[in-house]
Amino acid sequence: MALADTREGSGDPPKVSLFYNPKLRSYLFQALTLLFIVWVIWYAWHNAAQNLARANMTAGFGFLKSRAGFDLAQSLIIYSSDSTYLRALQVGLINTLVVAAAGIVTATIVGLLIGTGRLSHNWLISRLCTVYIEIFRNIPPLLVIFFWYLGVLALLPSIRSIFQHLEENPDAVFFISNRGIYLPAPVSEDGFVAVVVALAIGIVAAIAFTFWANARQRATGRRPPVGLINIGLIVLPPLAVFFANGMPLSFDYPVPGSFNMRGGMVIGPEFLALYLALSLYTAAFIAEIVRAGIRGVPQGQTEAAYALGLRPRATTRLVVLPQALRIIIPPLTSQYLNLIKNSSLAVAVGYADLVAVGGTILNQSGRSIEVIAIWMVVYVSISLITSLFMNWFNAKMALVER
Amino acid sequence: MAKKIVTALAGVAALGIGVTTANADTLSDVKAKGFVQCGVNGSNLAGFGAQDSSGNWTGLDVDLCKAVAAAIFGDVSKVKYTPLSAKDRFPALQSGEIDLLSRNTTWSISRDSQLGFDFRAVNYYDGQGFMVRKELGVKSALELSGASVCVQSGTTTELNLADYFRANNMDFKPVVFEAQDEADAAYNAGRCDAYTTDASGLYSIRLKLGNPDDHMVLPEIISKEPLGPAVRQNDSRWLDIVSWSYYAMVAAEEFGITQANVDEMKGSDNPDIKRFLGEEADSTIGSDLGLPKDWAYQIVKSVGNYGESFERNVGQGSPLKIERGLNALWTKGGLQYAPPVR
Amino acid sequence: MTTNSMTYVRDNFIAPEAPPLSNASVIGWMRTNLFSSWKDTLLTLLAAAAVLYLLPPAIDWLFISAVWTGVDRTACLTVDQGGQLASGWSGACWAYVGDRFEQFMFGSYPRDLLWRPLLVVGLFVALLTPLLIPRVPRKGLNALLLLVALPIVAFVLLLGGPFGLRHVETTLWGGLMVTLIISFVGIAISLPVGILLALGRRSQMPIVKMSCIAFIELVRGVPLITVLFMASVLLPLFLEPGNNIDKFLRALIGVSIFASAYMAEVIRGGLQAIPKGQYEAADALGLNYPYKMMFVILPQALKLVIPGIVNTFIGMFKDTSLVTIISMYDLLGIVKASFGDSGWITPVTPLTGLIFAGFVFWLFCFSMSRYSAFVEHRLDKSYQR
Repeated sequence: MALADTREGSGDPPKVSLFYNPKLRSYLFQALTLLFIVWVIWYAWHNAAQNLARANMTAGFGFLKSRAGFDLAQSLIIYSSDSTYLRALQVGLINTLVVAAAGIVTATIVGLLIGTGRLSHNWLISRLCTVYIEIFRNIPPLLVIFFWYLGVLALLPSIRSIFQHLEENPDAVFFISNRGIYLPAPVSEDGFVAVVVALAIGIVAAIAFTFWANARQRATGRRPPVGLINIGLIVLPPLAVFFANGMPLSFDYPVPGSFNMRGGMVIGPEFLALYLALSLYTAAFIAEIVRAGIRGVPQGQTEAAYALGLRPRATTRLVVLPQALRIIIPPLTSQYLNLIKNSSLAVAVGYADLVAVGGTILNQSGRSIEVIAIWMVVYVSISLITSLFMNWFNAKMALVER
Repeated sequence: MAKKIVTALAGVAALGIGVTTANADTLSDVKAKGFVQCGVNGSNLAGFGAQDSSGNWTGLDVDLCKAVAAAIFGDVSKVKYTPLSAKDRFPALQSGEIDLLSRNTTWSISRDSQLGFDFRAVNYYDGQGFMVRKELGVKSALELSGASVCVQSGTTTELNLADYFRANNMDFKPVVFEAQDEADAAYNAGRCDAYTTDASGLYSIRLKLGNPDDHMVLPEIISKEPLGPAVRQNDSRWLDIVSWSYYAMVAAEEFGITQANVDEMKGSDNPDIKRFLGEEADSTIGSDLGLPKDWAYQIVKSVGNYGESFERNVGQGSPLKIERGLNALWTKGGLQYAPPVR
Repeated sequence: MTTNSMTYVRDNFIAPEAPPLSNASVIGWMRTNLFSSWKDTLLTLLAAAAVLYLLPPAIDWLFISAVWTGVDRTACLTVDQGGQLASGWSGACWAYVGDRFEQFMFGSYPRDLLWRPLLVVGLFVALLTPLLIPRVPRKGLNALLLLVALPIVAFVLLLGGPFGLRHVETTLWGGLMVTLIISFVGIAISLPVGILLALGRRSQMPIVKMSCIAFIELVRGVPLITVLFMASVLLPLFLEPGNNIDKFLRALIGVSIFASAYMAEVIRGGLQAIPKGQYEAADALGLNYPYKMMFVILPQALKLVIPGIVNTFIGMFKDTSLVTIISMYDLLGIVKASFGDSGWITPVTPLTGLIFAGFVFWLFCFSMSRYSAFVEHRLDKSYQR
């Protein structure tokens, strides 16, 4: 570009034939590209229209309002076979988001542990972390899902043996079987809302206190014990309200039914397999990113912080971590995106995520174009939102040059 | 973005009205390319559509593909098979990738109308059933309330299951799988109490389980599942050929013509049989269909009659040992009935 | 001046420390690497306990208790399950992997024609090895043979048809063969397409730039599985009525589209890393755009991103396992399909099969990542001059 500027500045551009005129060439090339793209789209449209007409079908999203007719195994919102296709897709989307969110949190924690573990001076720990990373990075995530689903979770005790176990230990409330993990489900009673309100007030108070503490530190150089007071603010009021209201919370315990446990809460093996596989697989990548981030901060920074008299924890928090995060966040974002996209592997074990539900709808209604368009739009939106959030976070963390 | 795509797709729809339907003449296409492209079951459903280790296809549905090839070309090897999953099968037929879908597909009104297919012949009358482990002690599907049920997604089975439990005020936990072999494996591993699909499929899957005798198929049949070949709509000549290839097999059984005696039967005095086998001098039955004169002879000669095909693939001559039941000839209390060849 | 204002100056000496233990001795090594503090000691003990708890049973399951020979499932069943092994036995059933090995490698490819895929593998290794060793000359010709000539030869050999070779339909292909073909063809196509997309994305022409960005970001924003569904379900719908494109080909198209978008981003990284002076120098020499790219920029940029390309390849190699979801039988798919095979249904079959498949995938990916690390290391050095 600089080159072009100087040439224009020099006055008389050399006379070239029109064919060699770079500007004209650029327009011509772009026109050709545009023409090609338009042709491809027109060609696909035209054929799709012909094929659909041949099959006596029309495209459109009206079918989303018709009755689904199938049941879904996992649903966090009310859904039955009488609900619409649209509702089924909503269930699928929620399931996708749930497993992705749970996976991201777990993968980040495990990845942090393994990544720092690999940098540990402890030979055994660092070796174990290396082995973990090298195993999980080099096998397909789908295989990890099958490994959990068919290789591990399917070998857990059958529901019959749980029934037997329960006869021997009638007080047991927590079971692991090949039909999933059964837990007591909390049931809120009258007055529980007050506990939630108290918790919310506590959190707001803690945030306010942190701001005040920061301001005070800037003014006086002294920092009140923020952590301890915040924990107190968040935990104590809800607890007090909880006991004051006479413990308005009971549990619904799982009890043996005719075929399955009845009541309680169950976390199905499909979710577990997907969640464990996504978390552990992505954790290996996050660990490598964390390691590279921490190693990317020069040793001199730590030494300088020590020389300034900062304690090790303060050094990590105020010097090393902010700099490491700058290196970590961009690749971490793409790992999060990968995890979200990999959650579509749910279809392999029958977890009712967006792709699995969409696949069923595609099959029941024959609306392939529409269903695939919905998939694409939803995933691109999720990816965009995640990228935007992480970019915002990255900008916040970026070096502010003074 | 979503709005744009909606507009775009509306554009597709609008374009669709303007475009004249392509000349749908599958028979000419098939004759031109020299083989029938037949969509069959891709998950090795023994007895209906399965591939052996050397790549040969066998099964009741496969025999129908062969019969169509025999009728057109007089050669059963002029078939190419496309193994399809439940999900792929309809787009494959819609797009013209296959000429004929013979993949234990239920004939239903929505598939006939909404999906734009045509059904006529039913080569297997089936119904949906349940399979359970004997150790559960369940004797009827009505005792299954609260059970986990393994089912393949995107099938009529999945819809019937929901309706049946609803109608009987029972609840159940669906465990849904994309592919049939995944559902098999899950049932085998004890993930579900019951497995549901077409009864014929249950017999076939039971054979694949470790100890077939540990499992039983419950007596209830909760749905009608007429399985038959599907073709694209608005191509009645092709529909005629596919349907009559099948009816020829049934008619042959009615006449008592078998693969073994078909040459002998050619000399029969029975005018019906002579007409059927193309021995009547001035008969135009074959050419009216767009087929050679001896089309029915070729079918029986190379594939056999319906009874033979049934016994060989799913009946007493096979590991499945399914009774003829509904699929016996109408003269023997079944539903298999060929319109007159006249 | 009082000493109080100078508190950071030590006014008394600390006692001298004891001389360090020799680091060379085993005890010294253990002290620094395993037991340097009480926290460290605790961690070491915990980790050691975990290893001792998990490793021996794993080794026992995988090797000692494993069944190595047998012809059908009875070899891997306990007495109560209908076999001969002692009740309560659990171990790997390698006999099953041995019995199905050919199927896992080649799918249902006709057994009498196995020399064809084996020949292709031989050619592949013969062409790949010199490409990977930095000292061997003529890399350009070698790469051309590997990425252009070999696919053509392999196509003819595997599919058959001309030269009197028997035609083998792609529906018979399966196993590791399919995994390798899909990932290799994916990379062979995605490299040139990725280069074009990357150049397009850095182009000054707004329309070209926007369409490349749109394509890359759209494909990277969605899961591979939706791209595969699109290729397998929608592609036939988007082509002329009555078309019949092979399912295998459709999967290849899907994987290639996906890989191209990722490859484009890797190559863009390389293009960005080339100093501006190189572009300006090429311009000063009067090279036009194609020459500039072909002879100056791309050779440097591609060399820079070899590790990235290898990593993309590793990713794609792993991702090919997704074709099982559109019911094709790659290595993972065929292993999984064999779980339902009545000949080998046992409780330990799935775990054994998955461990086998995992090991094969791991072997390929791990060696590739080692190679990528080696190249990275080498590139680092050449820049340190």
